[in-house]
Amino acid sequence: MADNEKKPTRPPGTKKPTLAPKKASLPTGKKPTLPPKAGGPKRPPGAKPSRPPGRLVPDPGGDGAPALTKKDFASDADVRWCPGCGDYAVLAAVQRVLPDLTEKKENTVFISGIGCSSRFPYYMNTYGMHTIHGRAPTVATGLKCANPDLDVWLVTGDGDALSIGGNHFAHLLRRNLDVQVLLFNNQIYGLTKGQYSPTSEPGKVTKSSPYGSLDHPFNPVSLALGADASFVARTLDRDPKHMQAMLRAAHAHTGTGFVEVYQNCNIFNDGAFFRYTERDTKPHTTLFLEDGEPLVYDEGTKGLRLDGLRLESIDLTSGDWSADDCLVYDATDRTLAGIMSRLFWDEELPQPFGVLYREERPTYERLLREQQQAVVAKRGTGDLHDLLRSGETWTIE
Amino acid sequence: MSALDLLPADAARTPVLSLPEVTILFAGDSGDGMQLTGGQFTLATAKARNDLATLPDFPAEIRAPAGTTYGVSGFQLHFGATEISTPGDEVDLLVAMNPAALKVNLHRVRKSSEGSGAVLVNTNAFEQRDLNLAGYESNPLEDGTLDGYEVFPVELTRLTREALADFDLSTKEVDRSKNMFALGLALWLYTRPVEPTLEWLEAKFATKPDILEANRHVLTKGYHFGETTETFAARYEVAPATLPPGLYRAIRGNEALALGLVTAAVRSGLEIVYGSYPITPASDLLHALSKHKNFGVLTVQAEDEIAAVGAALGASFAGRLGVTATSGPGLALKTEFVGLGIITELPLVVIDVQRAGPSTGMPTKTEQSDLLFALYGRNGDAPLPVIAASTPGDCYEVAYEACRIAVKYMTPVILLSDGYLGNGAEPWPIPDPDALRDFPVTFATEPNRGDEFLPYLRDDTTLARAWAKPGTPNVEHRLGGLEKDRETGGVSYDPENHEAMTKLRAAKVERVQQEIPPTEVYGDDSGDVLIVGWGSTRGSIEAAVKSARADGLTVGHVHIRWLNPLPPDLGDVLSRFEHILVPELNNGQLVHVLRDRFLRPAESLAKIQGLPFKASEIAKRIREMITTEP
Repeated sequence: MADNEKKPTRPPGTKKPTLAPKKASLPTGKKPTLPPKAGGPKRPPGAKPSRPPGRLVPDPGGDGAPALTKKDFASDADVRWCPGCGDYAVLAAVQRVLPDLTEKKENTVFISGIGCSSRFPYYMNTYGMHTIHGRAPTVATGLKCANPDLDVWLVTGDGDALSIGGNHFAHLLRRNLDVQVLLFNNQIYGLTKGQYSPTSEPGKVTKSSPYGSLDHPFNPVSLALGADASFVARTLDRDPKHMQAMLRAAHAHTGTGFVEVYQNCNIFNDGAFFRYTERDTKPHTTLFLEDGEPLVYDEGTKGLRLDGLRLESIDLTSGDWSADDCLVYDATDRTLAGIMSRLFWDEELPQPFGVLYREERPTYERLLREQQQAVVAKRGTGDLHDLLRSGETWTIE
Repeated sequence: MSALDLLPADAARTPVLSLPEVTILFAGDSGDGMQLTGGQFTLATAKARNDLATLPDFPAEIRAPAGTTYGVSGFQLHFGATEISTPGDEVDLLVAMNPAALKVNLHRVRKSSEGSGAVLVNTNAFEQRDLNLAGYESNPLEDGTLDGYEVFPVELTRLTREALADFDLSTKEVDRSKNMFALGLALWLYTRPVEPTLEWLEAKFATKPDILEANRHVLTKGYHFGETTETFAARYEVAPATLPPGLYRAIRGNEALALGLVTAAVRSGLEIVYGSYPITPASDLLHALSKHKNFGVLTVQAEDEIAAVGAALGASFAGRLGVTATSGPGLALKTEFVGLGIITELPLVVIDVQRAGPSTGMPTKTEQSDLLFALYGRNGDAPLPVIAASTPGDCYEVAYEACRIAVKYMTPVILLSDGYLGNGAEPWPIPDPDALRDFPVTFATEPNRGDEFLPYLRDDTTLARAWAKPGTPNVEHRLGGLEKDRETGGVSYDPENHEAMTKLRAAKVERVQQEIPPTEVYGDDSGDVLIVGWGSTRGSIEAAVKSARADGLTVGHVHIRWLNPLPPDLGDVLSRFEHILVPELNNGQLVHVLRDRFLRPAESLAKIQGLPFKASEIAKRIREMITTEP
């Protein structure tokens, strides 16, 4: 579609609107018809996987201790997800990157809530806790406040984090606890066998919505930005390299590293994200954000530019536009991240993946400990006998 | 400057009568500063070496519409030369700042042929509008309502305004000081020292010399007024009580809980992570603990009650001691996490400062109605130790014991206090924290079977599992809410394992019995009636038992600290009495437990009015039980 065809015609002299009405975006309950294709998806040119500087182990094993391997992070427990589940890809990616991120396995802790994804800690040979529904952020908060040195990963799902645990999710992000949050979004309740979730598309027909779901869905990355998350990223279960890059980037971030993972539930919501994951459609439906790079997609043939506050797709093959006309992404720009996050199941424009937003700000547990240390520095370590005797006292002979 | 220096030259001309004990009640609008007035009178009384007990009684509204009956805030104080265990059944002096305060509280003033109590009223607050607001159809000062009472009419508002005429303060500021005039007058009337209040004012208004001077002036004016007016035929003194020797301070239950937690942190070396969400009447704990960051206590004000207990449990997983406190509605929200604490077998202390329920109930009124909830209110078979404090000072040791048992037995513990204990005060002999029971803590640091670490291997004596904290190499493990294999801690759906684990968790809680000292019986060791109480009713029950025994009845009293498990010798004590009476500030809860466990026809005495028992209410029932015997 040529760019000029999309522009609304305006009477001469009228002011150009800066905000176009939102296009039809969310699919209405239709199941994607694209079949999964064999073979991994090809990354469009211009969307190379980022390799942000993670907390890489500089010299694994250099101190004489054997370097950790992927195998060291796998527990003895049998993995009990359904064959073909997208969760396997996340587990593999996490186990793959962890040896690069830590040399102290004992400092790694996985905390989860309830749901299919929340079985995750049982499969990791690290410390872990499978808590209760929606409440993983609260346990992680106590854990990190108690011991800020721990490397804590939260594993949650769309129901766990956004429905029953919506409150804690928002507060975790605003406090900026230094943890990684992996939100497995499969747009369905899997463990309870197929009810619509807070990310399911309107009209979705499920066991609990035989006439179609009436709920308006959350857009998790927008929600996270709204809660002042300091790091927001999105990735796909069927793009392991990109997922690993996002895991590393989230880990490298000091603060809450939020990563939404589009994850296929092949039993109850098969193909929910095929539009974005499969070879036929992925190039023109996805855009992989690269900080400092122009927004280019569809194998370099298309780009995005800003028209006022509205993103529009431009054809880089027409001769009218070049990559220089495309918006250069800046993941530290909150306004830009907000605009980008609203590209959500848009029929015309691609869905963004990668790091949408990141900012440096103090973590809650650091502030908590600094405050405590300041009190100790000012008042000294408390003397219990003095404390008991404080205030008005008197002696009975 | 001493208050006596301020007295007129002809001071002390009013005769002083000696009384064994007095109950005074300050009542006014919730904005009149009655809690402050009562608190200061308490301090002065403690300094005068009397034993005492207090009952703050205030509305949930911060500033209810002025002059209305539902906006009345009261502070009752019972002090004496003898042992004082209740805030007083009947009031000797009611200080009523307005008609509403009079209307709400007059029935509490002693009225008998042998001498009725007195009412001190602010006559300036009895205009027609004030009477209308309080719902009086005629003026109670004139229509005979106060017949039979001694009445002290005092123009508190006018006198305060006159006293502060030369101060550059707004009328509003001036009128807010009239509680200081009333306090000064009350201190004079009962020959209490004025210095503690002067010292308190100096500390509080150190940076506001104008306000300090004004308050000091009004306070002393009130004190002088007693002497110069002819309203009072006599003033009173109450001789010092013969309390055990030692260093004392006044303590409220919530303060004592905070000190008990701090002591547990210091004695155990375990940092306490206190997760909390503000709720009446437990918020004072958060306020107190958030000041003590240099004592190994970390406070987290969470986004809700669930997050508060979640953070506490997360901290316990990290190898600290997680503590949370709340009141009934909050405990309801926390129950799922308490269950997780039970199945993961992590230490956790959950404090419930109970208030009248159900639902929001009456937030500022006391009740003991969460007992069955604490014992049984969780999904699944989920027992845990439950401990209850019985006096404001007892909160200290109970908090310490709750922490100690939670760690020693690797279990959540529920501690029950209530609004009356939390806000009530008493003189407290300051304890020696080193004399408390030892509080050792051990963490697993290496594999406990071959090269494996099995987190659910147990100690033979306590049945507690091993506690390994994240950050420790070679003992990595996973916990969770799914049923555990009895040894490995791995997920298990094995039917026999589940039954064994359910019984094991129950047996572990029963093992806490080995911590419980032999049951002490107050009063008679056997006989007609045994009173079984728990929690804040201790003082009322002891006073009632004393009164009944003075009448020649054989009555004993057992006050239960550990409500689960119950003391191992309790059945034996119960068997030594003909009747069992269980007074509770609820609709009968412990009585069910006793009937269930011991198959004895225990009788309930229920009071569900948001107020503590009067000793006389219990004594009356004791007499009825014995006299109605065939």
